[in-house]
Amino acid sequence: MSVQSNVEVRTEWGIVSARQAGRNLAKEIGFSSVDQARITTAISELARNIYLYAEKGEIIIEAVEEIHSTGVKHGIKITAKDKGPGIKNIRQVMEDGFTTSGGLGAGLPGVKRLMDEFDIDSVAGEGTEITTIKWNS
Amino acid sequence: MQPSIIEMIYSQRQEIIDRWKEEIQHFSDNEFSRSLPSEMYNETNVEFVHLIIDTLELEQSEAKEKLRQFVERFIHTGWPLSFFTQGMQAFRRVLLETMTSQETINSKKVFETFYEVESWIDGIINQLVDEYSGSWENTLHLQKLALKELSAPLIPVFEKISVMPLIGTIDTERAKLIMENLLEGIIEHRSQVVLIDITGVPVVDTMVAHHIIQASEAVRLVGAECILVGIRPEIAQTIVNLGIDLGKFPTRSTLRKGIETGLELTQRKIVKISSDEFR
Repeated sequence: MSVQSNVEVRTEWGIVSARQAGRNLAKEIGFSSVDQARITTAISELARNIYLYAEKGEIIIEAVEEIHSTGVKHGIKITAKDKGPGIKNIRQVMEDGFTTSGGLGAGLPGVKRLMDEFDIDSVAGEGTEITTIKWNS
Repeated sequence: MQPSIIEMIYSQRQEIIDRWKEEIQHFSDNEFSRSLPSEMYNETNVEFVHLIIDTLELEQSEAKEKLRQFVERFIHTGWPLSFFTQGMQAFRRVLLETMTSQETINSKKVFETFYEVESWIDGIINQLVDEYSGSWENTLHLQKLALKELSAPLIPVFEKISVMPLIGTIDTERAKLIMENLLEGIIEHRSQVVLIDITGVPVVDTMVAHHIIQASEAVRLVGAECILVGIRPEIAQTIVNLGIDLGKFPTRSTLRKGIETGLELTQRKIVKISSDEFR
């Protein structure tokens, strides 16, 4: 499964198609319906952040695997990239309830809780790249 | 166009048509043409090529109208645009080949002929594309309208109780409609309880939750109560993971339980009557 899909996010329809691509791949990997919902919700949050703050960017969805002594672990990796304004204070955006858009402020900390691995890299004025993985247990 | 060119086309009309038919054989072997009976395909080809040549002697507006009527028929039956554009490109190729094969034409003439033929053919291609994209835009517009009508209906199910079933993705525009329809409907139907059913919403992320919370707050302000129903188990888990606080928000698992609660809130209940009473 070397499938990788790139979805460009410019409009709200981009969010929908990124979600769709994520759900399809998650299904293919064999995630349970609860995990599928978690993954699609995480994609939705990331894509919406791109749409709201950076105007455009892309979501990359790919299947990943990790070889252990006990067997192979399959997972899904989601990368959200944009060349938007970047995040000035990463610690602050990872706090529950912090928002600059009048939303709930649960987006990024929520994604971190929905997924297993979470990595954020952002330079103010240059852009943001968020990488997150969910493993199929 | 110069009369000499038109004359040339007319004098070799049959030859051009025959060669064109041969040419389009190359790309006629696609899924679409195979799905059609071959007589119909050939008939259309013949009609198309004659129409192209006929446009030469017609007034510009008349030619346009004729082409429009012709294409409209095929748009509705689902002929692909590529059939016509490829056909036109092949026609241009054939025409120029046929015309330049005569050795009598000098190079300046060749250039002029090319130019005239190009603008004639391009005009037709442009019109074809316009007709097609116009029809697509129209369809898209109608679908958008239809979708809007479906997007947030408020159904009065009992006196004082209304239901808003939500199906599909909620975007900003739809969230606005939900809010408007909820508030207008509550006033219109004098509802005291509104049930928002999210069984058909595929993803509940923070934005969707935010819109629902805002809508319910607005509902409270106009003096009614909002109950969220149809929360699927996987959605419940994602809401908890996201850390969305729906604590202030009455929720029920199903629409049925929601209606029971709604009746309770308006001091009513559904009772089963015995069969004697029924007679």
